Amino acid sequence: MSHADVVPIGARGKPGRGSGTRRTPSSASRSLVGDKPTLTPVDDPPAEKEPTAQDPAAKKPAATEPTVTEPTAKKPPKPGPKKPSPKQPTATPKPEPSAEQPEPDAPDFELPSSVSELLALLGDTAYSVLGPDADKAVAEVLGFARRRLTGDYDIDSFGLDSDLTESLILPLLRPLYDKWFRVEIKGAENIPTEGGALIVANHSGTIAVDAVMTAFAVHDETPNNRILRMLGADFVFSLPFIGEMSRKTGSTLACAEDGHRLLTSGELVGVWPEGFKGIGKPYKERYRLQRFGRGGYVSSAITAGVPIIPTAIVGAEEIYPIIGDLPLVARLLGSPYFPVTPLFPWLGPLGMIPLPSKWIIEFGEPIPTDEMGADDADDPMVVFNLGDQVREAIQHNLYTLLQERRSVFF
Amino acid sequence: MGRVVLVTGVGRYLGARTAARLASEPGVERVIAVDIVPSPYPLGDAEFLRADIRSPVISKVLASDEIDTVVHMNVLATPTAVGGRSPQKEINVLGTMQLLGACQRAPALKSLVVKSSTTIYGASSRDPALFTEDMAPKAPPRSGYAKDSVEVEGYVRGFGRRRPDVAVTTLRFANFIGPNVRTPFTEYFTLPAMPTVMGFDARLQFIHEDDGLEAVRRATVLDRGGTYNVAGDGVLALSQAVRRAGGVAAPLPAFTAGPVGSLFRRARLADFSPEQVRFLTFGRAVDTSRAREDLGFVPRYTTEQAFDEFIRVRRPNLDASHEFVASLEQTLVSTVTRGRVHVSR
Repeated sequence: MSHADVVPIGARGKPGRGSGTRRTPSSASRSLVGDKPTLTPVDDPPAEKEPTAQDPAAKKPAATEPTVTEPTAKKPPKPGPKKPSPKQPTATPKPEPSAEQPEPDAPDFELPSSVSELLALLGDTAYSVLGPDADKAVAEVLGFARRRLTGDYDIDSFGLDSDLTESLILPLLRPLYDKWFRVEIKGAENIPTEGGALIVANHSGTIAVDAVMTAFAVHDETPNNRILRMLGADFVFSLPFIGEMSRKTGSTLACAEDGHRLLTSGELVGVWPEGFKGIGKPYKERYRLQRFGRGGYVSSAITAGVPIIPTAIVGAEEIYPIIGDLPLVARLLGSPYFPVTPLFPWLGPLGMIPLPSKWIIEFGEPIPTDEMGADDADDPMVVFNLGDQVREAIQHNLYTLLQERRSVFF
Repeated sequence: MGRVVLVTGVGRYLGARTAARLASEPGVERVIAVDIVPSPYPLGDAEFLRADIRSPVISKVLASDEIDTVVHMNVLATPTAVGGRSPQKEINVLGTMQLLGACQRAPALKSLVVKSSTTIYGASSRDPALFTEDMAPKAPPRSGYAKDSVEVEGYVRGFGRRRPDVAVTTLRFANFIGPNVRTPFTEYFTLPAMPTVMGFDARLQFIHEDDGLEAVRRATVLDRGGTYNVAGDGVLALSQAVRRAGGVAAPLPAFTAGPVGSLFRRARLADFSPEQVRFLTFGRAVDTSRAREDLGFVPRYTTEQAFDEFIRVRRPNLDASHEFVASLEQTLVSTVTRGRVHVSR
């Protein structure tokens, strides 16, 4: 009847980690296991390593990060931006005689003077080169590190981790967007800054880089940095790492329930109705739209009464031109297709580097659906007609953009 | 005359607290608390009756005592608590069958409240982000507690058809968490290293034990009937929960998760049935708006707060370590920027 006693492996019955013979906690465990911060003398060496390793990294994003929104106001440390949790801020008064009185400016413990001097010098250098941006970048990177380490961030019920997406993923994608594909945006004013809308785009490029770039474009082009909520195939979410990252960056399963829920809660949703037919089509069929699924996305838009924004993406077709398919290998791997491109699989991982094509993304004129009734969502003729209208708009824009484009790579 | 309520499963924490709570309810005259073992928890004003719901005795109790409400809390999530999987299944499934059989013959019965679980929705990559009560599982559970819950709900639905005069309320609870309740998950989050499935980050929902009791109380008092999801607002990612618990995630490749899970089960470190491994892979979240609208039930703790409350009690020195990380951040920032920037916390 009794509960199984949980004895941690290797702890010799003592709570906590390790063999129990160590006097001081290991550097890995120190940040994780609660220990009274009496560690001032012992603690310094690892504290020294961390910042020096972090600092150059801390300076880098200063160059790339475009907007620094977080105001670093002077506030006493007590009322946190943490979610209102029932726990009390217990640890503020520390009865350690060695520890300093925690004040707004003076932290609880001190770094050895040599370390702090070195850090300050690095900070000064960054400050003299980049100005106040360097300080903000340092604060942001360290703040991000702390939030990740302690789990102090929010995810929404679809699994979107805005903190991770906006602080890490999108900045990492910027070089790809700006420098590699040199994405050019047209019709950014057609993306609504508020309320639900459905972005419908053509799908191409072997892997869903076009969706990633569209999401980046939406975040970049909207003044309030909207996050595009993409609807993905269930296959995506069954893949390790890819499924996890997709959810964290705002994707969810392409099903009527999720689409409806997102659109009615005023989110900007992205769909690629061609699905695998579009993304895995051979290079010779480039820019020829495939069948647009069963039109579920149209019904969702009508039900929610949100506009449809037909979006044309030019450039993604050329990143991994599919010249062949290995269906047998695909079946072995359980994937919808196994692409053969001029570089893949011949060059192995090198073949996975996308070709640097020039991209143009055009957000078209929104097609309103709010004048349609809820019955229209169930009327196949209405749904098919609207679907055709969207498809034709995208196809038309694709051809126009292709004519405008000087070459594939410039 | 007030109501006479029979509560099953009072040998367990939640059952006992339910009995005590209902006994202090104004409209309730008597609470008869039933289990096969004396409850180690205080039952308040409830009268303890030692009986096995798997035996015909329960039928006599129901008939003689003019019981008008049955609250069935004896659906157990934890096999280790009763000595293994087969006793667990016997208690959950056969116990429910017997109890419902007795209920069918109890003329005075007006209301039945059953504790079920959101595990009945299964867990898969094809799941919608939030399950509503009307959605069918995409990957129905095939074993363990989840399967028990599916079967229990099946019998309860059958009972509802045969006794349309009885208001049947099924409460589908997310994973219970809190300072006192013990489930496979509370044990999991007190492990020093928490095995996770590599490349996946499940979305988790928790319900604080106090909120869970309030949901049972409301369902019993209101007598509305129907099926309701009960969970704290919001979700936590598994990786996030692990960090909040001050643990270390030990990611295992998906194909090893099954064998390692059964190893853990055999070592009695934590309970990892195949269902739970699936849950730790894909996670699950439910829409609780129906309980909010029909029962007026608003959980006091969000998922995050419920989890933090659990951590605060079960891992008391964690606050200090989070505080330490925060002050480290503060020191580093003010050192590097020579105090030009202050971390606002």
